[in-house]
Amino acid sequence: MAIKTQPVTVNLGPQHPSTHGVFRMRVMFDGEEIVDVEPIFGYLHRGSEKLAEERTYTQIVTLTDRMDYVSSMLNNQAYILAVEKLAGIEPSPRGVWLRMIASELQRIASHLVATGFLLQDLGALGTPLIYAMRERENILDLFEMICGARITNSYLRPGGVFMDAPTEFWPALDRGLDDIIRTIDELEAYLSGNEIVFSRTKGTAVLSPELLINASITGPMLRASGVDWDLRHRAPYDYYERVAFERKLHTASDNYARYWVRVQEARESVKIIKQCIEQIEPGPVRPSFDDVPRLIRPPAGDAYAAIEGSKGELGFYLVSDGGISPYRMHVRASSLINLTLLRDMLIGGQFGDLFVTFGSVDLNMGEVDR
Amino acid sequence: MIGLGLPRGFLVTLKNFVRPAVTEQYPDRHVGLLGAAKEAGMNPFQFLVRKPADSIKAIAGIATVPVAVKQSARFRGNEFTYFEDRCTACASCAKYCPLGIIEIVSVPGKIDAQEGESYKLEVFDIDIGRCMFCGLCVEACPYDALHMGTTFERSKYVRDELVISKDELADAPKRPSAFYRPQFEENAFDPFKETIEDFHDAGRHERPSDDDLKRKWIDER
Ligand code: SF4
Ligand code: SF4
Repeated sequence: MAIKTQPVTVNLGPQHPSTHGVFRMRVMFDGEEIVDVEPIFGYLHRGSEKLAEERTYTQIVTLTDRMDYVSSMLNNQAYILAVEKLAGIEPSPRGVWLRMIASELQRIASHLVATGFLLQDLGALGTPLIYAMRERENILDLFEMICGARITNSYLRPGGVFMDAPTEFWPALDRGLDDIIRTIDELEAYLSGNEIVFSRTKGTAVLSPELLINASITGPMLRASGVDWDLRHRAPYDYYERVAFERKLHTASDNYARYWVRVQEARESVKIIKQCIEQIEPGPVRPSFDDVPRLIRPPAGDAYAAIEGSKGELGFYLVSDGGISPYRMHVRASSLINLTLLRDMLIGGQFGDLFVTFGSVDLNMGEVDR
Repeated sequence: MIGLGLPRGFLVTLKNFVRPAVTEQYPDRHVGLLGAAKEAGMNPFQFLVRKPADSIKAIAGIATVPVAVKQSARFRGNEFTYFEDRCTACASCAKYCPLGIIEIVSVPGKIDAQEGESYKLEVFDIDIGRCMFCGLCVEACPYDALHMGTTFERSKYVRDELVISKDELADAPKRPSAFYRPQFEENAFDPFKETIEDFHDAGRHERPSDDDLKRKWIDER
C-alpha cells in the first residue's frame, strides 16, 4: 500500500550549526526526499568591495583577510597579485617564495577544516573535526611565528611580504611538515577505507563534468569529476612553474571524490613547500620603498589576477583611476560560484545527505557574502 | 559490508586515546602536590610543613597555578607599546591606519635652533575597541615610537575605557612585540620576560655621529 505523503517546507538556518556560517535554505521535503531547495544568503555581507574603494592599496590587504577567514593567506596572495599586475610591480624573489610557503600552508589548513567539518556533517560528532583542528593549530602557530597573527594574517604586501621569517621558523616548519604528513596518513587510515564513510558519501550528489564546467565551478569540486584544471598548472603565477607537483584527479564526482581530492591535495602541498624551502634564496623580502612606496598610485586601467585558492579560482579585479585607492574592486569568490549548483546536487536526494553534500562543497560564508 | 576499514579506524582512535592531550589550559592549570611545591620553590616536604592549607588543596586536586601562554615574539597583541620620547607627532601612524582610529592633536612647540623645530603632542588616543591589530600603524612609524604589544587580556565593562590615551600608553610596561622591528629579534629581546626601560634601546638606527652630520649637512653642500 502506498503511503500518502504531503510536501513540507522547512526553514534551515541562518543560525544553524551545520550551515558553516550564516546560510539559510528553504527546503521542501516529500517524506525523506528533497523536492525543492532555495538558498538564501547575504547575512554576512560586510561590503568589503565597497570599503575597498576608500582605502589605499596596502590597507585593503586587511580587508581581504576577512573574506574567506579560513584561508586568509590565499586571499592576500590573490589580491597582491592583482595589485602587482595593475601597478607593474616586480616582486622580490625571497618574498615570493615566502608567500608561496605561506599560502600552501594555508591550503593545507583549509583542506583540513573542510574534511573535519564534512565528517562532522556526516554525524561523526567531534572526533575527526578535533583531529583536523589539532593539526591546523600547529599551522596557525607557524603563522603566528612569521607574521604575529593566526587568522587575520595580513602578511603580504605589494612586492612581497612585510618581514622575513624568523630563524626559529625554519626548523619549526620542517617539524610541522612531518607532523602534517603523519596527520594525513592517520586521517586516511580511519576515513579513506571506512565503510560508514563509503556508504554515506559514495554515489551521492553526483554531478557531470559538463554541468560543472558550464556552471564555472572550479577547485577540488571540478577536479573530483576528472577535469584537469588547476591554475597553478594551467596559468602559473608566482613561481609555480619552478615546482613540480601532481594534480590529483578522481572521476566519480560524488561526495567521496571531493573529500579524497582535498586530502591528496594537502599531501601535494607539503611537497610544494619542501621544494620552496630548497629553492628559497637570500635577499630582501620586498622592494625598497623607493621602488614601491607605501602609497601606490597605479596608472589608470584595470587588472584581473586569479589564483588556485583552496576552494577554487579566487580572482580579484581592480580598476584604477590613477588615485591612491581603487575605483572598483570585484572579487570572484569561488565559494559563491560553487554554491550555484546546490539545487542540482540536492534535489532528489535524501534528507540525511543534505548537510553532507553541503559540507562537501566546502564553502565559507565570509567569502560568499563578502 | 563490514570489512577492515572500521577496525583500522578504531585503532587510530585508540592510539589517540592514550596520547598526551594537547589542550592548552588557560588561565590556570590544576596541579598536584609536586606541581604546587615546585611553583612555590620548595621541595614537597617543606611545602607540606610550611603550607599545610595549600598542601591539602593540592592533594584534593583543587590547587591551580597560572599558565604562561605560548606566544611568539612577533605576536600582534593589544596594549601598544609607545615611547613618548621617540615620537615626533608626525602622525604617519594615524594616516596609515585603515580604520582611522588613532587621534593625534599636536601644536608647534618650542623653537630651538639647536634641536630644530619640534611639535608638542597634546592628544594621542588609540581606540582599541575598534582596532583589528593589523600592525600597519607600527609599520608606518618612522621613528620606532609605536610598537605592537604582546598581551591580549584587555576586557572592560565599558566600551569607552577601551580608548587608550597618551598617558596610559606612556605608563604601561614596555613589552614591545618584534613585529616589524627586526632589531628586537637581532638582540634576542624576549618581551615575555624583559621590558625596555630606555627609549634609546627601542630604535632601529644608531644616531649618526656629529662628524657624519657635519659631513652631510655642511661639507657636501
Ligand atoms: S593595528 Fe591597525 S587598526 Fe589598529 S591602530 Fe594600528 S593600523 Fe589601526
Ligand atoms: S607614533 Fe610614530 S608615526 Fe605616530 S606620530 Fe609618533 S612618530 Fe609619528
